[in-house]
Amino acid sequence: MTPSRSVVRISDDSLALACGADAVAAAFVAAGCTVERVSSWGMHWLEPLVEIDGQGFGPATPADVPAILAGSSARAVGPIAAHPFIARQQRLTFARAGQTRPLSLEAYAATGGWSGLTRTRTFAPADVIAEVSQSGLRGRGGAGFPTGIKWQTVAAAPGARKYVVCNADEGDSGTFADRMLMEGDPFALIEGMAIAAHAVGAGQGYIYVRSEYPHAIAKLTVAITLATTIIAPFRLEVRTGAGAYVCGEETSLLNSIEGKRGEVRAKPPLPAISGLFGCPTAVNNVLTLTALPHIMAEGGAQEYARHGFGRSRGTTPIQLAGNIARGGLFETAFGITLDELVNQIGGGTASGRPVKAVQVGGPLGAYIPPSQFHLPFDYETFAAADALIGHGGIVVFDDTADMGAMARFAFAFCAAESCGKCTPCRIGSTRGVELIDRIRTPARVRDPVGALPQMHNAPKAPRSAAEDVTLLEDLCETMKFGSLCALGGFTSYPVLSALKHWPEDFGAKDFNDGL
Amino acid sequence: MSHEEKLAEIIAVHSGREGPLLPILHDVQAAFGCVDPAAEVAIAHALNLSRAEVHGVVSFYHDFRAVADPRPHVQLCRAEACQARGVEALVPAAEAAAGDRVRLSKVYCLGLCSVGPAARVGDTVHARLDEAALVALVERA
Repeated sequence: MTPSRSVVRISDDSLALACGADAVAAAFVAAGCTVERVSSWGMHWLEPLVEIDGQGFGPATPADVPAILAGSSARAVGPIAAHPFIARQQRLTFARAGQTRPLSLEAYAATGGWSGLTRTRTFAPADVIAEVSQSGLRGRGGAGFPTGIKWQTVAAAPGARKYVVCNADEGDSGTFADRMLMEGDPFALIEGMAIAAHAVGAGQGYIYVRSEYPHAIAKLTVAITLATTIIAPFRLEVRTGAGAYVCGEETSLLNSIEGKRGEVRAKPPLPAISGLFGCPTAVNNVLTLTALPHIMAEGGAQEYARHGFGRSRGTTPIQLAGNIARGGLFETAFGITLDELVNQIGGGTASGRPVKAVQVGGPLGAYIPPSQFHLPFDYETFAAADALIGHGGIVVFDDTADMGAMARFAFAFCAAESCGKCTPCRIGSTRGVELIDRIRTPARVRDPVGALPQMHNAPKAPRSAAEDVTLLEDLCETMKFGSLCALGGFTSYPVLSALKHWPEDFGAKDFNDGL
Repeated sequence: MSHEEKLAEIIAVHSGREGPLLPILHDVQAAFGCVDPAAEVAIAHALNLSRAEVHGVVSFYHDFRAVADPRPHVQLCRAEACQARGVEALVPAAEAAAGDRVRLSKVYCLGLCSVGPAARVGDTVHARLDEAALVALVERA
């Protein structure tokens, strides 16, 4: 292959940059090649991934450049599109991943971009909502609420001013699909928001992006400027978060855009009726909104509904993360099992040790042992097994993980990120850390509060580990049913699942009958 | 441009927007390294808020600081995915390398969860860090 004729494609996704893509690109330029910076294919273990005439090489370093150009590199992985990791996927939302320049309007239009919006604009809003309902699309942010019903509520709510807000505060550990879309295919999100705006009658939209994603913010800002006339009269603006995890909760996100503390609001009223600045607001996740251009294209809704499992229709971008050999972005129809995802596609752990647990759905998701890896990826199945799909992130842990420490971390994280509005979350999280420390300490000591003179009815002996576990379960129940939002409410998932499946990591063996 | 003029300019740029407070605070933080009490007073006056309201917002978010910290800043991801890839074992060496010269803080998730441990310095992100790479990163910061 002659360097002067072949275009070298290297991702400019921030994950590729973090792995050294810029240095590799510079080395190809120095060797006289034309380098095109594209989005990421999502094969993260191969980043920086170099693509020349469809052939992949990765993970590449500048030192590999001469061998790659000579066709003798040991980094060769063959044709990328035929790679098993890509060939097994059903990419609808991530159809352009790895193939287009993120900020090229020409490339976006040439790959079917804006056709969903153009078709949407020929429909009355009610027909758009009907078509989205028909596709079976459910909110990809975690709750799985049917998008069509949410939009119907916004469209029917009285009010001259309505908003579409994109929740791009992707704070869950183990998730990066939103980031990859915003950096790799920003026009798809913009088109999705314009479709949503047409359906609900909104004139203004906001994309709330976390400040931990500077590259996504930069790309979206440029993309919105480029697309201004295409989406007009709809107006779109990026708002930057300020390091608060809880702002991923939709009502605290709205407060944050309004310029307030990111505290959760009590529901009702639903944001669909009284949201941003008190106006009817459709708050949707990045993945929900970017699924729309495909759904609204000719025949898209039927094709989308054809994929899936049970009431979970369509495809979902699953993120394979943590201690996994082949991590990355895997978009597929619902119904795939964890075993396929973790062991077959992901190749087990990166460390080569046995898998001990996976956490699905971010810091508030349950830890799942390999004995439950037969579970199909589906909202209802996971809920029945006391687990969550959440945003579709899967974090793999090997057998060196201390699940008692992970349960403690779940409480500590909740304590650090609690907005403080409701008591179960604000105080329960700190008490939870203390309780787990007590359970994990072999020496039983009396609770100092119980020793106070006014606590004369308190037991005189220290609580046993089993009694502390009962107290922990009680605390989890209080947080689950008493918290205003999922931060406090779902912290019980990682804690109780870790306690149930790995009691030995809590230092005691005699309290399992209480579960 | 004096401190006050710069502050007034930032406020003027954003004052016509819906919900201008967070964009103003971001720009003030970027310009001065902190949002100090004097800035809170000026912002509150311009937006017709009480200083308590502005202070409540400033103190709520992790990104805003009341006092500037001129040291170089390294954010190390300590969330579950990076923990699964062994970040906790690197922390003592990173802290030793940082000493008092570098501000080493924890961040919960940079979205690089398949190639951790990950860190951020300014707007540059780094992944696949082992102890040597992380120590070198801290020492260069």
